[in-house]
Amino acid sequence: MKTDELIHLLATDDRPVQPVAIERRFAVASAVGIAGAGGLMLALFGLRPDLLATMALPMFWGKLVFAAALAAAGLALLRRMARPGMPLGLAALWLAVPPLVLWAMALGALWQVPATERVPLILGSTWRTCPFNIALLSVPAFVGGFWALKGAAPTRLAWAGAGAGLLAGALGALVYALHCPEMATPFLAVWYLAGMAIPTALGAVLGPRLLRW
Amino acid sequence: MEIVEERLRGLLMRGLDADAAAYQRFLKELSAHLRAFLRRRLAQRPDEVEDLVQETLLAVHNQRHTYRPEMPVTAWAHAIARYKLIDWLRSHAVKEGRNDPLDDADELFATSDSEAAEARRDLGQLLRTLPDKQRLPIEYVKLEGLSVVETARLTGLSESAVKVGVHRGLKALAAKIRGMS
Repeated sequence: MKTDELIHLLATDDRPVQPVAIERRFAVASAVGIAGAGGLMLALFGLRPDLLATMALPMFWGKLVFAAALAAAGLALLRRMARPGMPLGLAALWLAVPPLVLWAMALGALWQVPATERVPLILGSTWRTCPFNIALLSVPAFVGGFWALKGAAPTRLAWAGAGAGLLAGALGALVYALHCPEMATPFLAVWYLAGMAIPTALGAVLGPRLLRW
Repeated sequence: MEIVEERLRGLLMRGLDADAAAYQRFLKELSAHLRAFLRRRLAQRPDEVEDLVQETLLAVHNQRHTYRPEMPVTAWAHAIARYKLIDWLRSHAVKEGRNDPLDDADELFATSDSEAAEARRDLGQLLRTLPDKQRLPIEYVKLEGLSVVETARLTGLSESAVKVGVHRGLKALAAKIRGMS
C-alpha cells in the first residue's frame, strides 16, 4: 500500500473522537477497582467489628484521606502519562505529598514514646498480613488500570505500568482501611506503603510487556 | 517551528471536527516530516523508512483521541514518532546509527520530504487477513479511492457499517503490525 493511499484511507475514518475518553476509562477502572476490592474485602476479611465506633476517631479518616489523596494524585499523573508528549507538570510532586506527610506524622509519633515502645508501634499486630492483603485487594483496580492504559498511548511503559499499579495499591488500601484494625501512623507509614509498593513494582514489570501500541 | 505548529494545529483541530480534507492535509504534511526525520535517523536502513512512516501515521490516527487542545501538536506528534522509532529499534535490536538524544521536537519538524519510497511491508497483504466486514470497506476506500457513500452502495453495507469496518480494521491492522515485530 502506498503511503498516500493509507492517508486517504485514514481520512475516511472520521468518526468523532471523544477528547476525554482516557479520563472516562480511568473513572470506570477506579469504580470497578473500588467495587471489586469491596467485594473481596467483605468476602475474605470482613469489616472491622468496631467500625462504627472507630468512625469517631480522626485516625480512621486519616487513613482514608491518605489513600484517597494518593489515588487522586495517581490519577492526575496517569491521565498525563497516557498521552504522548504531555508534560507531567506538578502531578509528580503531588504524589510525594501524602507519603511525606504520613512519614512526618509517624516520626512525630515515634519521638513521643519511649524507645521500647517504638518497635511495637511500627509492627502493630498485623504487619505480617497487611501488605499482602492490600496487594490482594488491589487486583481489580490493577486490571482496570491496565485496561484503561490499553486504550491510550503511554510512551514510557514501565512508568505508566508503575503508575497504574500505584493507583491500584492506593484504592486497595482505601478499601482495606475499612477492615484494618491498625491505627498508629508508624504502622501505616511502613506497611500501607509496602502494600502499595507490591502492585507498583508489578506494574513496572508488566508495563513494557502489556502496554505496547 | 511556530508556523508549522500553527498550521498543523489548525488542520488537526478541523480534522478532529470531522473535516476529512483538512485531516488528510494534516496527515500528508506530517508524513513528509516523518519521512525526512526517519530517513536521517535510519540512514543505514533506508528500506525500512517508508514502513515506519506508515506505521507511525497509523499510530497517530489510532491515538488521535489522546491529543489535548492545550498541547502543542508538534510535541504530541514528535512523542509518537519518537516512541515508534525507539520501539522499532528495540524490536529489531538495531544499535542506533546516531546517538544524539531524541528529545527535540524541532528535529522532526525542521525538515520534510514528500518523495515517498515504496513500502517494503505490504499493508495490503496484511489487510487480506482481516475479516470481510473490515477488509471490504478498507479495500474499496483504499484501492478505488471511493467515498464512504459509494463504498456502502457497492458492498451493500450501511454507511455506518462501512465506517465501523474501516475504524475497527485500522485498529486490527496496527495490532497485526505489532504482532509481527
